[in-house]
Amino acid sequence: MQVKVLSARFDIPDANTIEVAKKHGAYATLDKIFAMQPEEVTEVVKASGLRGRGGAGFPTGLKWTFLPKGLDKPVYLAVNSDDSEPATFKDRYILVRDPHLLIEGIIICCYAIRSNAAYIYIRGEYTSQVKVLQAAIDEAYAAGYLGESVAGHDFKLDVTVHRGAGAYICGEETALLESIEGKKGQPRSKPPFPAVEGLYGCPTIINNVQSIASLPFILANGADAYKAYGTEKSPGTHLFGISGLVKKPGMYELPLGLPLLEVIEKVAGGLREGRSLKGIIPGGSSTPVLTAEDAKTVTLDYESMAAHGTMFGSGGIVVLDDTVDVVKLVENLIHFYHHESCGQCTPCREGLGWMLKIVQKILNYEGTTADIDLLLELCDNIEMKTVCVLSAACTMSTRSYLNKFRSEFEAYVAQSASKHATM
Amino acid sequence: MSDRSQLIETGQPFIFDEQRDAEFERLIKRYPSRESMILPALWLVQEQEGWISAEAIAYVADRIGTFASKVYEVATFYTMYHLQPKGKYHICVCRTLSCYLLGKQEIVDYITEDLGVKPGEVRADGLYSLEEVECLGHCGSAPVVQINGEFYENMTVEKLKELLATLQ
Ligand SMILES: Cc1cc2nc3c(=O)[nH]c(=O)nc-3n(C[C@H](O)[C@H](O)[C@H](O)COP(=O)(O)O)c2cc1C
Ligand code: SF4
Ligand code: FES
Repeated sequence: MQVKVLSARFDIPDANTIEVAKKHGAYATLDKIFAMQPEEVTEVVKASGLRGRGGAGFPTGLKWTFLPKGLDKPVYLAVNSDDSEPATFKDRYILVRDPHLLIEGIIICCYAIRSNAAYIYIRGEYTSQVKVLQAAIDEAYAAGYLGESVAGHDFKLDVTVHRGAGAYICGEETALLESIEGKKGQPRSKPPFPAVEGLYGCPTIINNVQSIASLPFILANGADAYKAYGTEKSPGTHLFGISGLVKKPGMYELPLGLPLLEVIEKVAGGLREGRSLKGIIPGGSSTPVLTAEDAKTVTLDYESMAAHGTMFGSGGIVVLDDTVDVVKLVENLIHFYHHESCGQCTPCREGLGWMLKIVQKILNYEGTTADIDLLLELCDNIEMKTVCVLSAACTMSTRSYLNKFRSEFEAYVAQSASKHATM
Repeated sequence: MSDRSQLIETGQPFIFDEQRDAEFERLIKRYPSRESMILPALWLVQEQEGWISAEAIAYVADRIGTFASKVYEVATFYTMYHLQPKGKYHICVCRTLSCYLLGKQEIVDYITEDLGVKPGEVRADGLYSLEEVECLGHCGSAPVVQINGEFYENMTVEKLKELLATLQ
């Protein structure tokens, strides 16, 4: 089931060095792209059907066409390497195993969008990873792939790594821009969209590491070669991170469209001995949970996930078996989002804290049925009333557990009632 | 949310050492706005000293040509900037989703009970400090622990004991 498109060089020893990476094809697309017009490069990416791998699945080539034409302001590329949605750990493999793939992708993107400056925003926790990435960038400069004249062509490109410092919200694209500008990571209201007014008030494209790293294959082999993988509406391959209660958790590259349960079984080794499936989080902690029943029919692509009432998300799959206490899991998730709220919207800052207190009350056997309903009501009142969707990431997922595993919340409530009765 | 600590004055002036000074000058050319250097400069301070003092905040503001309050705002928003000294071994245990499912609590309990340092604290002898942090992007090899920036994956209490023994 596994394929090696993005991950082709991942298992080659020292593929993070330019010497080895070049021996195995790195930077081979550059002569080809510089012989094309930037718009032609964009057309190939559009034709490939590549969708943004940061979680929202927005078509990559189409996003680039939103840049205003004929402006005399600089255009920026910001590469999102925040890798911070819980259960998401895919981009790190690109940074560490094949950073030259990312750099080549950045050159392709910057040429297409006519940008001479790219910033890679990397989460602060990646201390050793940032060193590997920076070393690769230094090598690329020394070899003439970055700098005044990229690979000898009339094209200048600077790539700068900007380190975050421990704030999940900086994965949100406008918070990320604020952070590069030296501010708190507080998302901006949209519009204006970053393609029109982004970094330093200039047109900016923000793409995920994996989206950018998909470009060299597409440009080298053509849109059809990419579309040969995956489904019609979800073409290509994806780095899936499988974690939780399975035998072989890890990062696996797969074409889109495979049946989820088969992947869990065949690729991730299935559940642990004697355990049964309770549910699966399909694409990072914010995506609504699938029950074991839902999981039977879902496939790993954007359409099927939507048809099952959830989202494809970031490819971070978490397997939950019958040992999982859903109420405790929800407490863990709300704690995360509450902790990571940037604090500028009251419904998010206060609302998530309130939700956390209610779940803790239920866990302490002090909850009532009304508390369960209050949680659902809060979800409705918080969602979509804030500057960014961090709050919705929390409420959408919480609501899914409340609806699909309500009996587990009620079991706590019932025990509280009996405890109080005996007191 | 963010660290609300008060700044600590050391009574000593702060300046970058030669290496950090050069790195500051290299990086500042990469940004069209000097204020973009606030995060990188705070990292340089922390790499040099292990934490960020009141004097360092003032120095960074001065070098960049901005208000100390702007630097302070950034230093308190981002959770990885330390506004007080940490233990010789600063242990971060991931508390989120996959690490939670795979037993991070046992590790936290061991550190709290056996090593005697609670989350958010530094042990009296200064050897260890503990922090429970949110997802560290290594969920496929949960539970994970970071000690002084190095990742240790698929952790157990046994492995942590061995590791701490070799570190000293
Ligand atoms: C709260 C929040 C956190 C996010 N975290 C990340 C992240 O860690 N990495 C990422 O690539 N995108 C993240 N995103 C999505 C980005 O805002 C943006 O859509 C993405 O980087 C665009 O790249 P793409 O089009 O290539 O997917 C996050 C969004 C939100 C609302
Ligand atoms: S929803 Fe939350 S994280 Fe997003 S801008 Fe508002 S307060 Fe900040
Ligand atoms: S949940 Fe612990 S590293 Fe992601």
